Amino acid sequence: MIGALETALRNRRDSGRKCLVPYITGGLGDDWIEIVRAAAAAGADAIEIGMPFSDPVMDGPTIQLANDQALAAGATPQSILGTLRGADIGVPTVVMTYVNLAFHGGYRRFASNLADAGVSGCILPDIPLEEIEPWAEAADEAGVETVLLAAPTAPDDRLPRICQRSRGFVYGVGLVGITGVRADLADSAKVIAGRLKSVTDKPVLVGVGVGSPKQAVEVSEVSDGVVIGSVVVQRMLDGGGPEGVGDLVAGFRSALDTRFS
Amino acid sequence: MMNGPDEDGRFGEFGGTFVPETLVPACQELEGAFREAWADPEFRNDLDGLLADYAGRPSPVTVCSNLSAQIGVNVLLKREDLNHTGSHKINNVLGQALLAKRMGKTHLVAETGAGQHGVATATAAALFDMECIVYMGEVDISRQELNVFRMKLLGTEVRSAQSGSRTLKDAVNEAMRHWVSVVDSTHYCLGSAMGPHPYPWMVREFHRVIGTEAREQCLKLLDGRLPDVVTACVGGGSNAIGIFSGFSDTATELVGVEPAGGAAVGRGVPGIVHGSLSYLMQDEWGQVLEAESISAGLDYPGVGPEHSYLASTGRASYVAVTDAEVVEAFQLLSRTEGIIPALESAHAIAWVIRAREELAGKTVLVNLSGRGDKDVAQMMDILR
Repeated sequence: MIGALETALRNRRDSGRKCLVPYITGGLGDDWIEIVRAAAAAGADAIEIGMPFSDPVMDGPTIQLANDQALAAGATPQSILGTLRGADIGVPTVVMTYVNLAFHGGYRRFASNLADAGVSGCILPDIPLEEIEPWAEAADEAGVETVLLAAPTAPDDRLPRICQRSRGFVYGVGLVGITGVRADLADSAKVIAGRLKSVTDKPVLVGVGVGSPKQAVEVSEVSDGVVIGSVVVQRMLDGGGPEGVGDLVAGFRSALDTRFS
Repeated sequence: MMNGPDEDGRFGEFGGTFVPETLVPACQELEGAFREAWADPEFRNDLDGLLADYAGRPSPVTVCSNLSAQIGVNVLLKREDLNHTGSHKINNVLGQALLAKRMGKTHLVAETGAGQHGVATATAAALFDMECIVYMGEVDISRQELNVFRMKLLGTEVRSAQSGSRTLKDAVNEAMRHWVSVVDSTHYCLGSAMGPHPYPWMVREFHRVIGTEAREQCLKLLDGRLPDVVTACVGGGSNAIGIFSGFSDTATELVGVEPAGGAAVGRGVPGIVHGSLSYLMQDEWGQVLEAESISAGLDYPGVGPEHSYLASTGRASYVAVTDAEVVEAFQLLSRTEGIIPALESAHAIAWVIRAREELAGKTVLVNLSGRGDKDVAQMMDILR
């Protein structure tokens, strides 16, 4: 089964260009859904929606702060999915959260809640391959694409197994560490992209530590595109609103399209 | 009984390895290294030597004649408070540091609540000449000033965890984030029988010495009998799992005592955080709740997975005591026996006092997991 997310990313890749997936914290500010629409209009191929969790161990200070603010403002899985349901975004959405929010009410229920809200995919960074099956089966049944992460620390024999189980795309973790903007692209970013590209035909996007158009272009020399998180969320925290985030995403889009067309 | 986990790191339905992909190879490497070291007589011999000559084991079992007379229950204490660094934590830390060294790691990172595990880790780092960073919640740093200074004195860098509740839960988050970033050089010296596989198993094995010694000591003291009940406080549950492991194949009743404001087992709702599936305090959406306890070491919303398993099978039971009961117990043990317990350990005493009618005439072994020196300033404020 190839879902809406993978289809959108494959289409972009087949056109000779690169995929761009910005991450937006759900429930951060009253206008977050407007920001999602603005990012889509600015050329995003899909939008990652962060569903805030109390203990986000893969996230650095920027996304932690956004999480805390959204939770303090009363964001819940229900409120975020309620806003997404019926929101005409124009590109597929992927919810990124942590396993306990999916586990708490039951994997099947969570997966069907995502599907009901029109969400295409889901990323749970604290379930590794060994533990993924009960969730991934529930997601498959609901038609939700489970995107798996592949880390630079993985041995070679692990990567094909991750790629095989991943749906939508394969998320290459750009560095050994947590989310956040770094001054330079880590050497590991292109390395993981190359290792993944050599074992899969699925779209390979690299995120974590990709924080500028220059870094996005650099890693996309090897990958099929990028996920950008903290740089986007920082713009939201700074009050950039739909216009500010739209401009930011347009800047990444134009840098990628200038180099790859 | 208590041999598990299975090869997936499960105790029944509980446990597992819920970590980011980045950490999977490190957990697998650690599991292999521990399995191999634990079967190696030389490693066991080195560790036994350290436990004896450095930590001061075996720790004695003390018969509490005065307290027993007062409450009508025969109370015995397993004196983990007499270990070097003042608590049971040193057992696990010496084991993990020795293992980390054997694995070629040069750095240790740890979380701490009350500071007991942080001090023990800092101590092992000094002994083994390793670099050490300890994360501690900002709230705990202010209520455990002495232990913060101790860690610094031992050459460890103490970093403040300023997110969320700024207590033990957040210190674990920060330690895991740190570990994700430096996993090649660094061993995460996790302080309780919790976290991803192999930690719950490995930490229990390093604390099994408590139960093994206590069983033998009780048989001698009680003319070949075992205690009717063994009890211990439970935050993550390392001291409890250590002493329980010596009695799990007997008829002795096992009772874990949680703080009322951090009763993960008591609430009985499973969840996944910090690497494993276990009972977890959480709201209606699955957001992890903040625990509230007088004792920083038990101020944790989760519990080690094997405790969830023991509770679900009924082999151990879990009860909760209030801060007020703990304050009473702290004072009573101090006055009757001349032993000032850690606030954590005072939870187990508090349950014995509360349950004295049903325990009348029975023999109860309490794991006195730590000494109360670190809590004296806090108690001075409370009692003033």
